[in-house]
Amino acid sequence: MTENTTIETRLAALARSAPDGIFDIVMRKTELADEYTVVDGPTGPAYVAWNGRGITAFVPTEAVGSHDEFESRHPRQASFVDAPPDRLARHLDRTIETGRLGSLPIDLSSIGEFQRKVLEKCSEIPPGEIRPYGWIAREIGNPGAVRAVGTALGRNPVPVLIPCHRVVRTDGRIGNYAYGTPMKRSLLEHEGLDPEAIEAQARRGIRVVGSDTTGIYCYPTCRHAKRITDTHRIEFHSEAAAMEEGYRACKVCRPAA
Amino acid sequence: MTTDFDRLTNRLAVDFDGAFPDLVTTLQDGVFSGVLQFTRNRQDAEDVTQETFVRVFRALKTYDEDRIRALQIRPWVWTIALNLCRNRARTVKRHPETALVDDRLARTTESAEEVAANADLSVWRQRLAGLTGPQRTAVVLHHVVGLPYAEISGSTGRSESTVRSDARRGLARLRTMLEEETR
Repeated sequence: MTENTTIETRLAALARSAPDGIFDIVMRKTELADEYTVVDGPTGPAYVAWNGRGITAFVPTEAVGSHDEFESRHPRQASFVDAPPDRLARHLDRTIETGRLGSLPIDLSSIGEFQRKVLEKCSEIPPGEIRPYGWIAREIGNPGAVRAVGTALGRNPVPVLIPCHRVVRTDGRIGNYAYGTPMKRSLLEHEGLDPEAIEAQARRGIRVVGSDTTGIYCYPTCRHAKRITDTHRIEFHSEAAAMEEGYRACKVCRPAA
Repeated sequence: MTTDFDRLTNRLAVDFDGAFPDLVTTLQDGVFSGVLQFTRNRQDAEDVTQETFVRVFRALKTYDEDRIRALQIRPWVWTIALNLCRNRARTVKRHPETALVDDRLARTTESAEEVAANADLSVWRQRLAGLTGPQRTAVVLHHVVGLPYAEISGSTGRSESTVRSDARRGLARLRTMLEEETR
């Protein structure tokens, strides 16, 4: 019986701890963990994280700091790699270059329905144009949820890629940004907008502009508003004022009607 | 023990993605320890252990809540691990040119204790290779991994009493081998 005990003890001593790496690899292969790297964004380097479903985070490095800080802030486990996989890299470069989401996959699976709708709507705003918070609220069928739209955009996991910097206050002022107003302004500048002019127009109380030849009113940065020549350009303090003059809302930028 | 695993399956049923990492941390040492004895070397054991949990994830993903709750999780994970070990052994047999890397040679940056422990590991692997398949499975799962006979029965589909006698015969065979070695 003593020999029996010996052999059992010796067998029990063959147990080993699993190597550390196994957990990480399993998390990655099951897409419960993300990979990340640093890429050049429109305003400098940015951390970008992804999993099999798409991009999960995009943050300017200056807003976060070291890799350790990024990893501890990221909602899932994340491990650094040299570059994104090819299937993402191409789309990512294109989105950064054009300012349009295109077919870049974004993983919004852990985001609630309301926020997802807000972010999806936001991604429709073309580069070089801005829309007020109320526009998103109206477009997603919740005209009263202006404040909630602001909150949802403030928690955008992929700013720049989903261009929440193109959403401004209802009074036309540029307003807040998760990474500070200066970054919001420089992102808009990068897309050819003039933040000073936007603010000046807001101070004068201008919300929409119309063309007296077409009888259509637009948000001032709408691509159709930009085509209106100075002699035909009419400024309005509200959508209602434009409608009173017999103007109708642009079907492209869709201001309130 | 049972209640721990019940709690795990309950959590998996309600928050699968949140609880899965805990399943891995709870079971990975046991799976790795056993798989080490059923594969040629440490690298194979790491591969099989990883693959086991990836398969477990994919399979559980398709199960509904009730089915997850009803699972005997550890034996079920071992069914998958044992299958992968068998597949691996079959591949190795078909492609013998794949060099057998001995643990004593595989890694060079080890302490003397680790070297001794790993040498011990491969000596035991050779001894265990002298048992029948069912005997080796029963001995490793019960004596190395610490699975109760009922759970081994659950993972192999052999009755509990058969598993019990497999383990007893396996142990007797090992004892004979040890006696022969010292003679």
